Amino acid sequence: MKPGHGEVLIAEGDPEVTEEERELIEAFRAQLDLGMWAAVPLTCSAGRREAQMVKSFEEIPRDADRVIFFPRAAGGC
Amino acid sequence: MLLALSATAIVIVVLLWEVMAPTVAEWWERHRARRAVVPGFDHDPGRERRAEQRARQLLKSCVNEEEWAMYRDLGFIRVWGRGGEGVEYAYLIYPHKPIIAYLPQTGVLLNEYCVEFLDEERPYGSRRLPDSDDVLAKWMALTGDERRLIDSANMHLPGRQVDPKMVRRDLWRLSQWERRRIAGDRRRDAGQLPA
Repeated sequence: MKPGHGEVLIAEGDPEVTEEERELIEAFRAQLDLGMWAAVPLTCSAGRREAQMVKSFEEIPRDADRVIFFPRAAGGC
Repeated sequence: MLLALSATAIVIVVLLWEVMAPTVAEWWERHRARRAVVPGFDHDPGRERRAEQRARQLLKSCVNEEEWAMYRDLGFIRVWGRGGEGVEYAYLIYPHKPIIAYLPQTGVLLNEYCVEFLDEERPYGSRRLPDSDDVLAKWMALTGDERRLIDSANMHLPGRQVDPKMVRRDLWRLSQWERRRIAGDRRRDAGQLPA
């Protein structure tokens, strides 16, 4: 998924299926090559939520149901 | 005689050219600019509203119930800082405004962190994310890698971009909002309100 004038679905698949995992890896790398940051929303203890930033496909938790790409931060104002 | 007239005419033409050349060049550039094809984007007044609605749904699905209610009711999200070595601090995330760092115990404003998430793909001609996407990007970056986000931002003293009076008023609104929520939770626990 990717924010940017509304949520955009980039790719979906089951990483347990080799072919689909390959497509997910390609889509993941393509987004990082575009300069995007990737994050996985997580639910922690006591209902607290946070994001885990991931820099490689291997860092994505196996039970993650989505990865969100967003433009990298730049100093502004 | 003819030679003298010709020489005079040539001199006049050259002098005129010297005088007129910048004006002619400027006129030609303007003419070309007027005729240039500028990529346009069909204006759809509902598109940004729909994009914002989708962005709100995505934000709602990522943050917890309290943070979502805070954003829905107050227009900003508070995120607790994770560094500080014993000192409790927090951030206020506003859409398309600097992130405000403050001390919750005293309400002292610490810094403004100016940071942007610009969509270089310009899906509809603009690099600006919808409001809720901007908040989500800040939330993910702060909760996922606070240090990297802060290092990416331009840091300023409070008051450079965001009026400190407005921030203090928002902190007061936040405290009132939390009191009402706690009171509501207590009444709900006591069975006076439906869950």
